[in-house]
Amino acid sequence: MEFNFLKYTGRFILILGIQVVILNQIYLGGFITPYFYPLFILLLPFDTKGYNLLLVAFIVGLTMDMFSDSLGMHASATVLMAFMRPFIIQLISVKTDFEQGTEPRMGIMGSGWIFMYTIILIFIHHLSLFMLEIFRFTEFGQTLLRTLLSTIASVALIMLAHLLLSNPRKSRAI
Amino acid sequence: MRNLFNFILRHYFFFLFVLIQVICLLLIIQNHTHQRSFFVNSSNRIAGSIYKVHSNITQYFALKKVNEQLSEENNLLWSMIPGSYLKTDQNIFTFRDTLHQRQFSFINARVINNNVRNRNNYLTLDKGRLHGVRPDMGVVTSEGVIGIVKDVSANFSSVISLLHSEMQISAKIQKNDHLGTIIWEGFNPTMVTMLYIPPHVELEKGDTIVTSGFSHIFPEAIAIGVIGDFEVRRGDNFFTLDVELFTDFNNLKYVQVVKNIFSRELHELEILSRTRR
Repeated sequence: MEFNFLKYTGRFILILGIQVVILNQIYLGGFITPYFYPLFILLLPFDTKGYNLLLVAFIVGLTMDMFSDSLGMHASATVLMAFMRPFIIQLISVKTDFEQGTEPRMGIMGSGWIFMYTIILIFIHHLSLFMLEIFRFTEFGQTLLRTLLSTIASVALIMLAHLLLSNPRKSRAI
Repeated sequence: MRNLFNFILRHYFFFLFVLIQVICLLLIIQNHTHQRSFFVNSSNRIAGSIYKVHSNITQYFALKKVNEQLSEENNLLWSMIPGSYLKTDQNIFTFRDTLHQRQFSFINARVINNNVRNRNNYLTLDKGRLHGVRPDMGVVTSEGVIGIVKDVSANFSSVISLLHSEMQISAKIQKNDHLGTIIWEGFNPTMVTMLYIPPHVELEKGDTIVTSGFSHIFPEAIAIGVIGDFEVRRGDNFFTLDVELFTDFNNLKYVQVVKNIFSRELHELEILSRTRR
């Protein structure tokens, strides 16, 4: 079976839990809204089938929407991010054939690669999310500023998670 | 036809992406325009109960502040009961007063989820349809206006915060009754903007802004905030006022849902006059 169902369900609950129970409750000034949950999409194995990627992104996004009363917005942004993922991976990696089930982890890909990969996809996700949230172009400057600042915060959080995961003893846990 | 199928199959990744995006956009548009009766929002059972557990734990940390607020509110209410008034005119007394009818009643609710970080913010309350909360009811605290109920489930309700890009509240300046509209321009959860005050009106920093009571959602004269700054923006014919909110939106614990007892009557009357035209 391509999807190790139990492992991914556990990871889903853990990551979404951190987002909803902790991050959604923290207020860091009006400009900064970090999102941690895209990590779930970023961590899917390289050889994840296209339809799985998109459907999983849709479900993750819809779950986020449920908790933040923004029906469709997180889903749309997350699906866009998942759609761009294969192209970004092709764009920034030298080698593109991986063993079955390999996940984009720091230990395998190196921290520079992970950083590029995360920052590009998170920027796409945040820009589309904040644009959808305001739903008009008039406040574009503000939206861009929010996107940039939030991207920095989110990437920092996700890199931190990668660092914790790259510990060989703990890498089995998530 | 077969070629078409083959083409779609070969590029299914792209077509599936477009299909899902169309679904998302439909959801967003529907969410923007209609009262949602859809189940994916924070007033449903799963999200509601998770938020409730979370708030059950965190509410203890705010007990001191809540108590202070309650005692202040009690003071205010004590000062309003008949016993606190000295009767100077012994000829007038009240017996089954028919001149005054109660128009608003209040339902007490606890905020179990709240946000001020997004451009569009929502709250979740722990009271729902079973407790008499209905969509379009107002939500206030003793300090000011909070928002309007959007969706209701059996036990929870989700509220559009005043800090939302599509929120507009009819308000007036307390001292001279000039009408304006309150909106939120984003970023600063302690500040809202008041529009459409004509430039001949005399304003001063520190003037109080209250609800106008014309919307049937909020009672008249519920406090909103004080004027912080005002100017006529370039290319505009009206004052734009920065209003400093009385309410700390980042620290909401208990709120009151406002029930307008005459709302159906008013609504029917307004529909009637609109259709007759």
